Amino acid sequence: MAASLCGSRVKRREDPRFITGTGNYVADVTLPGMVYVKFVRSPYAHALIKSVDTSAAREVKGVLGVYTGADLKSKLGPVPCAWLVPTEPPIKVPEYRAVAVDKVRYVGDPVAVVVAESQGAAEEAAERVSVVYEPLPVVVDQEEAVKDGAPRLYDGIDRNTSFVWRLKGGDVESAFRQAEVVVKQRLVNQRLQPTAMETRAAVAEYDSARSEATLWITSQNPHIHRLLVSAMTGIPEQKLRVIAPDVGGGFGSKIQVYGFEAVVTLLSKELRRPVKWVETRSENYLSTIHGRAHVDYVELAAKRDGTILGLRVKTYANLGAYLTTAAPGVPTILFGIMLSGAYRIPAIECEVHGVLTNTAPVDAYRGAGRPEATYIVERMVDMLAHELGMDPVDVRLKNFIPKDKFPYTVATGLLYDSGNYEETLKKAMSLVGYHSLREEQRRLREQGRLMGIGVSTYVEVCGLGPSKVVRSTGFGLGLWDSAVVRVHPSGKVSVYTGAHPHGQGEETSFAQIAADELGVPFEDVEVVHGDTAMTPFGMGTYGSRTLPVAGMAIVGACRKVVEKAKKIAAGLLEAREEDVVWEHGKFYVRGAPAKYKTIQEVALASYTAENLPPGVEPGLEVTHFYDPTGFVFPFGAHICVVEVDRETGEVKIQKYVAVDDCGNQINPMLVEGQVHGGITQGLAQALYEEAVYDSQGNLLTQSLNDYALPTALEAPTYTTDYTVTPSPVTPLGVKGVGETGTIAATPAVVNAVVDALAHLGIKHLDMPLKPEKIWKAIRRAESEQTTTS
Amino acid sequence: MQSDNFNFECEYWVRGSMSSTRTVRVRVNGVEYTKEVEPRLLLVDFIRDHLGLTGTHIGCDTSNCGACTVIMNGRSVKSCTKFAVEADGGEILTIEGLASDGNLHPIQKAFWENHALQCGYCTPGFIMQAYWFLKQNPAPTEEEIRAGLSGNLCRCTGYQNIIKAVKAASEELRAKAPTINGG
Ligand code: FES
Ligand code: FES
Repeated sequence: MAASLCGSRVKRREDPRFITGTGNYVADVTLPGMVYVKFVRSPYAHALIKSVDTSAAREVKGVLGVYTGADLKSKLGPVPCAWLVPTEPPIKVPEYRAVAVDKVRYVGDPVAVVVAESQGAAEEAAERVSVVYEPLPVVVDQEEAVKDGAPRLYDGIDRNTSFVWRLKGGDVESAFRQAEVVVKQRLVNQRLQPTAMETRAAVAEYDSARSEATLWITSQNPHIHRLLVSAMTGIPEQKLRVIAPDVGGGFGSKIQVYGFEAVVTLLSKELRRPVKWVETRSENYLSTIHGRAHVDYVELAAKRDGTILGLRVKTYANLGAYLTTAAPGVPTILFGIMLSGAYRIPAIECEVHGVLTNTAPVDAYRGAGRPEATYIVERMVDMLAHELGMDPVDVRLKNFIPKDKFPYTVATGLLYDSGNYEETLKKAMSLVGYHSLREEQRRLREQGRLMGIGVSTYVEVCGLGPSKVVRSTGFGLGLWDSAVVRVHPSGKVSVYTGAHPHGQGEETSFAQIAADELGVPFEDVEVVHGDTAMTPFGMGTYGSRTLPVAGMAIVGACRKVVEKAKKIAAGLLEAREEDVVWEHGKFYVRGAPAKYKTIQEVALASYTAENLPPGVEPGLEVTHFYDPTGFVFPFGAHICVVEVDRETGEVKIQKYVAVDDCGNQINPMLVEGQVHGGITQGLAQALYEEAVYDSQGNLLTQSLNDYALPTALEAPTYTTDYTVTPSPVTPLGVKGVGETGTIAATPAVVNAVVDALAHLGIKHLDMPLKPEKIWKAIRRAESEQTTTS
Repeated sequence: MQSDNFNFECEYWVRGSMSSTRTVRVRVNGVEYTKEVEPRLLLVDFIRDHLGLTGTHIGCDTSNCGACTVIMNGRSVKSCTKFAVEADGGEILTIEGLASDGNLHPIQKAFWENHALQCGYCTPGFIMQAYWFLKQNPAPTEEEIRAGLSGNLCRCTGYQNIIKAVKAASEELRAKAPTINGG
């Protein structure tokens, strides 16, 4: 009997190419006659373009063309925004051009494009494009931008407000009237730079004889890129092939259609040469999307016994200068609906101001809205505990949605599929030794040492999502996914997925699924992704949706394959279909397992096709589209233990325990990898990372020197464990896991640091918790204590 | 040069195409190459564009990320910090040259076995850095490994499995060659 592959730590089949240096990233694509693009970018955050003189640039040897925004305007449609959230009044979507026309709105906004025979010539020519700007007043802060008299980015968009989105569930007024205690806090969820190690890149090749274009691009969703680049360039969808080969990380920043893809495609058509653009890191920081960038005003109403009654949130979300592909949905839908966290909160109200500023566009960064919501909920629960003198764990246990109440509808309207929050928290507490840590904390405090324990019990919504629901939120398409499963005459299998793994390892885990479903050896299954010419239309990889949606499309396709194979097998076995039993790759007649037909034999028979039962078509191949019936909700409990150095303000993470529940696991090794990486990004927000603009809109964190990514020295060692609460929504009981770590870790770390400082009278500090900030807070608290004593 | 932006100026300076060429003779992964290059061509661009060895990656323009790490004359270097002409007369090992006769190097194998990579973009740099590091320190502690790899950035893995892999590789290398003396 074949052992089940699902649930095993199968080594990744994508690794051999990466560890030998034979991966194929877009920057590695070289074509004969290829030419190079350099964008000329605005040094001003807000300015009128008075003139662009390209004559000196054209004289540089090797230059093939210089194009301004005005030159391209007639040839390229605007960059579309694909998530127009429904609001009253309706969302205002400013015109977004790949290359700016008349006006620039952030430092890094492209104003011209140079194409040349060599990278060097393109760069030299870009230097010689002379642009006359008329600088305008700049606004970078979203709270400033909504004030009377603030500089205005667009005519017709008052107070730079693109939308005000509201959500209300339950009787919030009465919750606050009944409250015995109300905790209020302004929370800043700072702007982050996603920093995939591979920057963005594109290579386009136009075949004029066939009127066809091929575009290699760093994309998390090649079909979406094809659709939108087709719309912008006018090249029909069937004449545009998009290939996302190996992609060096995305974290949300390679979902978007930015405009550069359309520019290189167009230029390749105009010049009849393959055109390549590879972004530098400084360009990546200037003009690839940023994430988060919230200011949240939060009020939590509760009873003295710790029972939470209501939550009120008013958010100013910085959207940057333009609305990129998913931007409006991130601080609204993906944020507001998760404000109940793991708790029974009877009444929730949320108002989000989506504000345009003279900064890089803000869109989905790992977690996308859900980390922002979780940060609010988990910080406020801790603040409530502090206010009431309760242990933060007890407040959580008191308010958790109990395990026997699932499926459970929270006040924001979401239906949680399954959960057992108490179990994960208790498991994490016992792993970390919670109660003895509290003892130790007391002892250390007496010695003047600052030790803190931070808890975060998160819930994430993923598996996006039922198309009907997603469409009602203004998303441009449905969010189903697709698979083609092709069993070849030899019995070998190709699986084509509409998702686009770029580090998550689905070439391996999807093969595990298909091999199990079809009863064939793992080695016989190939997973193909990333090429629109080969794969069915699919929505791509983001939002922890790849396994619960695209993976389930594969399950559906495999099951249809087996259904058809069973009919054929019945013919071969000369039995009635209902008497045929399917077991681990074999068909036999009930009661006679010795005489069987393997799936491989049936596959061959489907192609020889002379003995097919009536009505059965030749071949063994199925296309399946899977539209989930509901969202899935992974959850978990993370506990972080820190020590803060009283003299320097430095935070040292002593222990980090993560207990996650993503339902059934296909490959626990991959789950662990996602958790490690996710936590590291989450704690990096808590402690290190922050995109900083000065008041003139200059990005001060324009290189890896200034934007502090954690190295192996800063990252702690994680203890990971799991509980398994299968999802009733997905056929395999799986949930997603790609973003859980990022969602959970940020509040766990901040809660730990604030916990270390709480007895000094420090109630909250905004991220990132850099030593200087902590040191100052300690000094301030100490001087206040001496003046009051 | 007129420039509004320091970075553009820097890039222009290092990648510009103004001067006459020079000859570079270099042995890469055991193969002798003689090429005419511009004096300001970066070693990483030479390796990638002139030799077609695209396993060496570029992740930044400020020598922070280590994606471009190769071994030059026995030492690990970030190849974006060197000019190609500096390699003249020298010897370079890149990720493509690490496996011998189709057998993965123990570090490569350990990365695979310990799930030390996800998107793979940083991986060649980490493996080359680990290769050099383990020659310097064949029996490192976890803290030493973390310090030894701290010039390389990974956005995917959180480093834990990379550390585990390097530890495992160090054990295998020592088991294979009990008397390492700098190799
Ligand atoms: S490319 Fe980043 S250090 Fe060389
Ligand atoms: S594996 Fe993606 S950056 Fe390290």
